[in-house]
Amino acid sequence: MSTAVKKPGFLAERANYLDERVGVAGILKEFGRKVFPDHWSFMLGEVALYSFLVLLLSGTFLTFFFQPAMTPVIYDGAFGPLKGAEMSVAYESTLNISFEVRGGLLMRQVHHWSALLFVAAAGLHMLRVFFTGAFRKPREMNWIVGVVLFVLGMAGGFTGYSLPDDLLSGNGLRIIDGMIKGVPIAGSYISSLLFGGEYPGTAIVARLYGLHILLIPALILVFIVVHLFMVVIHKHTHYSGPGRKDTNVVGYPLMPVYVAKAGGFFFIVFGVIMLVAATITINPVWNYGSYDPSPVSAGTQPDWYIGWADGALRLAPSHLETYWFGYTWSWNILLPIIVLLVFLVLVGAYPFIEKWVTGDEREHHVLDRPRNAPTRTAIGAAGVTFYAVLWAGAATDLLATNFRLSLNQVLTTMQILLIVAPFIAFFVTKRICLSLQRKDQAIVLHGRETGRIVRMPHGEYIEVHEPLDKYEMWKLVDFKDYKPTLARPNAEGKITVSARLRAAVSRFYFEDRIAPVTAGELAAAHSHGHEEHAAIEAPKAEKAPAKKAAAKKPAAKKASAKK
Amino acid sequence: MSNQGKSVAKASAEHVYDSGLAVIPADAIKDPGLEPHRVRMTDKSEKHEKAAVRQVAALFILSFLGSAFAIYAYYAFPIVEDLGSVRNNTLFLGLGITLGLLGIGIGAVHWAKTLMPDAEVSEERHQARSSEADRAAAIEIIKLADQESGFSRRKLIRRSLYTALAAFPIPAIFLFADLGKDQTEHLRHTMWKSGTKLVKDPTGVPIKASDVTIGSVFHVIPEGLNEKEDKLEEKAKAAVLLVRLDPADLKEDPARKGWSYDGIVAYSKICTHVGCPVALYEQHTHHLLCPCHQSTFDVTEHCKVVFGPASRPLPQLPITVDKDGYLIAQSDFTEPVGPSFWERNN
Repeated sequence: MSTAVKKPGFLAERANYLDERVGVAGILKEFGRKVFPDHWSFMLGEVALYSFLVLLLSGTFLTFFFQPAMTPVIYDGAFGPLKGAEMSVAYESTLNISFEVRGGLLMRQVHHWSALLFVAAAGLHMLRVFFTGAFRKPREMNWIVGVVLFVLGMAGGFTGYSLPDDLLSGNGLRIIDGMIKGVPIAGSYISSLLFGGEYPGTAIVARLYGLHILLIPALILVFIVVHLFMVVIHKHTHYSGPGRKDTNVVGYPLMPVYVAKAGGFFFIVFGVIMLVAATITINPVWNYGSYDPSPVSAGTQPDWYIGWADGALRLAPSHLETYWFGYTWSWNILLPIIVLLVFLVLVGAYPFIEKWVTGDEREHHVLDRPRNAPTRTAIGAAGVTFYAVLWAGAATDLLATNFRLSLNQVLTTMQILLIVAPFIAFFVTKRICLSLQRKDQAIVLHGRETGRIVRMPHGEYIEVHEPLDKYEMWKLVDFKDYKPTLARPNAEGKITVSARLRAAVSRFYFEDRIAPVTAGELAAAHSHGHEEHAAIEAPKAEKAPAKKAAAKKPAAKKASAKK
Repeated sequence: MSNQGKSVAKASAEHVYDSGLAVIPADAIKDPGLEPHRVRMTDKSEKHEKAAVRQVAALFILSFLGSAFAIYAYYAFPIVEDLGSVRNNTLFLGLGITLGLLGIGIGAVHWAKTLMPDAEVSEERHQARSSEADRAAAIEIIKLADQESGFSRRKLIRRSLYTALAAFPIPAIFLFADLGKDQTEHLRHTMWKSGTKLVKDPTGVPIKASDVTIGSVFHVIPEGLNEKEDKLEEKAKAAVLLVRLDPADLKEDPARKGWSYDGIVAYSKICTHVGCPVALYEQHTHHLLCPCHQSTFDVTEHCKVVFGPASRPLPQLPITVDKDGYLIAQSDFTEPVGPSFWERNN
């Protein structure tokens, strides 16, 4: 650049080549200095993205060795205990990957661990988005894309761990078969179509393989592209802070800072997965043996992200089946499926519900602190609790055996908790949020407690409060506040049902509210305590020089300067 | 104090949206603007800067060494007969690659955090909504396209197109019909027939009634199952659990009085919930427990459900003994085994 007279260098020539063919300079000019805000919680989505890339890489390696066939063979491989056992080609090739391919077991473990991490990171990312209100306009559609990605992640995981055709995964498939058979009208047809006839048949592994390595990853990839495309369109949200507005984005430029940070982070995520895969065994299929419909091991568990579905099946009460119109209605299966679907639909619909309540049409790019949206945070906590109880429900047997409890009591407790715990979580969370808001309010109005006790001339003792600096204060007062509405008549003078409903829901949301401190309230609070302040701060000014020199805090400086 | 429900006016030319129930206080505390940038040690001290440079380079070199070690480990820790070699291969190859990856990752992030500018910058955002002119132009294009094609005007074309579009995916559904045959009839029958010997799973050894002591449990399959072409499919329906109780403990239905033999009872092992093998037998309570979802069945009362999500008792296999004292089936199960299905109609 500084040597314009020189012949263009190697890179410059290549850049010129690219620009003259695809106009790369324009793209770089547009995106090269794009600003991204910085926060640890923004990396959760990145972890999900990077573990997906690791899944693609390790999965491709596995396809070179795995054979998705259920043809029976007699095992004659390296793993002694299973020598001579009859098994499917799929299971045999999984054993061969583990025991005969150098780095094969490592890649299997990388693949399985990154799958667990993918769904976990995506789930945590969803929670971050939910609790900070990042799903609000204009990002509602991207929230839906995210929910779809989460479900696709579960589907990818399930179809993947069913492939080795071992005893554990075979029993997982048996459960799926049982669930499908419980579906009204089409259930037994879908089951026989899926398994190519009677369960287990000889087709299912090859069919799941097609879904697992082609359809599902392709869909995930498409939805990730859409997801990220919308992130570029909307620009990333940022947390509230001085200078951060709905009309700007504050952070670091893509080049060079984010290329280094995010690029480096990919290697860190990959590295951590590799470290875990190198040191911790996962899914030791050789211990389970090949699939046989008769044996089963006690304490069977699905991968963690399927746990809540398995828990839902376990928590269904006994004797729910009914026989109506000459057909079997398996409510013990339908009810859990309905519960799971309704939960997912509510999660997907939440942004639209909240927007209907607030009626707020504005774009929101500054994130909420969870405490500043108490009802939303409480709803989220209730949802998390509901999910968590279902999830723990999948471990009733392990809880009972490990803690020497009665299995029946553990399960009954879970059934009760599933209904009760979300309400408790809602109430407790909402109260905590409101209390935290009140604490913030008190800090803004009266400053921070310093722990310094001063004796007044007339003998009274008073604790000195240190005022906030304007940047800290802004973080505590910058939030959106809503007020409940009344059911108002429409143009025809009628109060519609939907208006009544909205009024009721808005009361539920915003009846308990703490408004951000205004400039007027702040001034009033200061003048109220003025006498005390004058009395305290006079002696403080004398002591100040020695103390302040040591502390060197801008806040403290400002306080003494004001005086 | 608040102008609830009213719109917020913005200085820019951007669209003004309804703020709904939001409260817009008139005397809100003012945004103080971006905080002043704090200078890092690496910005003001050359010593620290140089140290950071060395650290980043060291991490990258460490990464290089890690990758080199991974290649070395691939050959140095081959997989041999001893299964411990699999662990070593996995461990050392993995650790080498880990070092290769983490060195780059941590190095790059360290570089960004210590040596690249850390002053935050602000960039304007714009509403997703297009400008009024663009919106008008877009509407114009749609109108023009509609007018030129006659899409709204030509009802016949439009409706016949809808018909065609509705019909074209339907053949794809039919394409799936050959995935498998309708199995509802097969779900009603198993391999068990009158006279089929009860044999041990998986050895196929026949069971003499006199060998079954009180309290013992046998995992049972029908004789000849192991020789079947589709043995897994048959086994998935025909697996049976055999238990001998003290006849005094059995509370038998008079209609099924002849289905047991001297306290020996046989029940389908396939759970009536979603089909897991009900493989756990608790001797002192005479309960069978499914390890998948904890459905519990009472063997003394025809395996009725006493706990868990299952609805129906496990089907009973009527048994007796042949002239040599071997246990045999009297018939097939009298109802479909395994999970419920729509057409089961109990």
